[in-house]
Amino acid sequence: MSFYVAQFLTGLAEASSLFLVACGLSIIFGVTRIVNFAHGAFYMLGAYIAYTLAERFSGAIGFWGSLLTAAIIVAMLGALVETVLLRRIYHAPELFQLLATFGLTLMVEDLAVIIWGPEDLVGPRAPGFKGAVMILGQAVPSYDLLLIVLGPLVFGLLWMLFHKTRFGVLVRAATQDREMVAALGVNQRWLFTGVFALGIFLAALGGALQISRDAVNHTMDLRIIVETFVVVVIGGLGSVGGAFLAALIVAEFNAFGILIFPGISMILMFIIMALVLIVRPYGLLGRLEAPTRAVIAAAIVWAPLSSAGRIAVAAIVVAVALMPFGVGDYWLTVGSEILIFVLFAASLQFLMSTGGLVSFGHAAFFGLGAYGAALAVKDLGLPLLPALACGTTLGCAGAVVIGWFCVRLSGVYFAMLTLAFAQIVYSVAFQWTDVTGGDNGMLGVWPDAWAASPHTFFWLALAVALGGVVLLRMIVFSPFGYRLRAVRDSALRAEATGINRMTTQWAALIIAGTFAGLAGALFAFLKGSVFPDSLGVSTSVDGLVMVLLGGIGTISGSVLGAVVYKALSIFLVSQTDYSKLVLGAVIVGLVVVFPGGLGGITARFSRLRPVLGPAPPARPESLG
Amino acid sequence: MSASPNLLAVEGLRKSYGGVHAVQGVSFSLEAGEILALIGPNGAGKSTCFNMLNGQIKPDGGTIHLKGEAIAGLPPRLICRRGVGRTFQITATFASMSVRENVQTALSTFAGQDRRLFGLATRQHRHEADGLLDHVGLLAQADRPCAELAYGDLKRLELAVALSGKPALLLMDEPTAGMAPRERIALMRFTASMARAQGIGVLFTEHDMDIVFEHADRVMVLNRGEVIAVGTPETVRRDPRVRTTYLGEGLVYARPVEGGAP
Repeated sequence: MSFYVAQFLTGLAEASSLFLVACGLSIIFGVTRIVNFAHGAFYMLGAYIAYTLAERFSGAIGFWGSLLTAAIIVAMLGALVETVLLRRIYHAPELFQLLATFGLTLMVEDLAVIIWGPEDLVGPRAPGFKGAVMILGQAVPSYDLLLIVLGPLVFGLLWMLFHKTRFGVLVRAATQDREMVAALGVNQRWLFTGVFALGIFLAALGGALQISRDAVNHTMDLRIIVETFVVVVIGGLGSVGGAFLAALIVAEFNAFGILIFPGISMILMFIIMALVLIVRPYGLLGRLEAPTRAVIAAAIVWAPLSSAGRIAVAAIVVAVALMPFGVGDYWLTVGSEILIFVLFAASLQFLMSTGGLVSFGHAAFFGLGAYGAALAVKDLGLPLLPALACGTTLGCAGAVVIGWFCVRLSGVYFAMLTLAFAQIVYSVAFQWTDVTGGDNGMLGVWPDAWAASPHTFFWLALAVALGGVVLLRMIVFSPFGYRLRAVRDSALRAEATGINRMTTQWAALIIAGTFAGLAGALFAFLKGSVFPDSLGVSTSVDGLVMVLLGGIGTISGSVLGAVVYKALSIFLVSQTDYSKLVLGAVIVGLVVVFPGGLGGITARFSRLRPVLGPAPPARPESLG
Repeated sequence: MSASPNLLAVEGLRKSYGGVHAVQGVSFSLEAGEILALIGPNGAGKSTCFNMLNGQIKPDGGTIHLKGEAIAGLPPRLICRRGVGRTFQITATFASMSVRENVQTALSTFAGQDRRLFGLATRQHRHEADGLLDHVGLLAQADRPCAELAYGDLKRLELAVALSGKPALLLMDEPTAGMAPRERIALMRFTASMARAQGIGVLFTEHDMDIVFEHADRVMVLNRGEVIAVGTPETVRRDPRVRTTYLGEGLVYARPVEGGAP
């Protein structure tokens, strides 16, 4: 019994830390509608800066002062980021803000390594809270007890702030209706900067408080951001009370789940999230979001390629197909990888632009394809082509199951549920060592002799990628493609026209998942191995970045984005130790300079030329 | 009841939001080819009634029969497939498509072809779509992106989309809002002639009393969720209750009433 009490207290302490970070994210989203991917990076910076300060200034005042100072410094950094970067892109589609903050995260990770080194750093113990307190015969760290008090205290202070101050009332008003607050003459810029700084302060404080509990390292940002997303989504985006409740639930389930279900401890919180979202689609204390701006505006009227366009594409394809005659094996392997990611990005782009469904977990299908192919080779002894079919089928099956749940939601919640399922699949691959080899992956997944040489494999990859992209494009212009766009444009009108929104979107997700599975299966053969990383968040985010980089409103954009992003990242990894810093800077720069993506550049130029076909170009703003 | 000859038979329809009884026990019927106007002050329950008829909102109680079949509580897409087309107060169209593609998409849905993964959607039902666009006066703009249309044109596009399914019942929520006076008359004349020629029942809400009394066969007045009067335009216009609760309320509407029929 006493053991459970101690475990419960540990959970409470964890809940307090989670709450600090999560409520910051929730407040920022509530007012600015920015899903701040860099929240984890600021959390990490808080921890690093607090570590540096606490090392220098000892004693109680030095230690606690360091934590507070670190949080304030990072909050100021956050305000700087908001004024210099985010302010320029508030009017861009919401995903670009995610992309920009993702770029920031990449940069901060490398900067942290440059400044603080790659090793784990262990901070000093907190003065006055070094020991443990005996509770029912169990030693409970007194620092945990401090955290347990701190969480509700911060919650209380935030409540006071939001209910007793003008700033707080404005924040609550803006969370409900931004336009109305603006119409009342409130200076939005000041409000947004203030809210962003407040949210970042809380994140950094959460990070700083960790230095005497846990080691500080440069990967803590990704871990916390995923957990934070889960907490915020369970609680309801924009709800501080919800974040508190959800942090409690998640932390306690983690504390006890590891005792009851050690095998699935990693996925427990994602299962909770999936269950909560299915029962309460807007989180425990969340409200139905005001309809968010469409992911893509009707900027460009889509049309099948003109004959000139077809000739140009054919010329490019021929040129690429001739590459094996003039390029070395290394570059052919790089080329194959790029082609595989072209198909992956195109499948995600189909889902995002035609379907209007933003998936944060598209890697699930890619990874299922890779594992399907690997299992077919290793366990069934199948040759290349049947194994590719197996991988594709597994990707498709995954999409059937995951899609059934996810299409019940929309918007950010859809994105988060896909993330949850991807994490579940990832954890299964990671923890089911008997079948998947766990962390060690599966090795020796080589293609048959006929496709083993780099140039035949390159042609195979080209054929698959080309075939996939062509099929996806055909679907876009098919009656089903129009039905899918109809649902995206106006679910209300589509339903009143007899279209079933859910089955339509489900079908779209299955199509996208199948093509992603095919890409993943091919990827397994390219690398000769499969690791859980192929299912991980970073692969999903890579896909998103490719699509957004290429310009979400253009069908060819994802191809361009995949080529540029993959080539750039492979090149940077070979050239510099700080590839993430450069890549992050490139992403941030592109978002600021070309908020329409790379594809938007060509569209911008093509709009200047006389337009082929009868339709005049649409204005970029369109619908509300 | 199910053998009722009425196109639409509504019995005791109710809906409350918390403590607000938006619609309380509304009953009426509509014949094929008949045009029925639903009027009443803001908050009378017109939109709630509409949204229950096409399934946007589930009623708390009451029955709705379309051609003798119970449809209350079905989702909008099934009600639509049983022959109910509608337009919205705030237009809802497929903004990324051209005007013609909007209609083509609706037509291919009704033809059951919208599951096809191959074949160009823009080549399907082109002729039929142009015919409908011609009817509502949008043919000249068929290739324009829908996002560029003026508000009144969007209303007409909605009408074309709603007619794509050859509905037996057409629900129009403020069909002429945002249109110039001449356009209003043209649109309502078209609607009336089409309704009579094809035997489509039309239920519409409208704040413009000229339109209502000119084009409706019957008028139903809703106030605080209850029907306070039903009848021909003439009888409703003379109904004292209607005059106190609605028509007599503001000078804007009072004047044409006092002045008699135009």
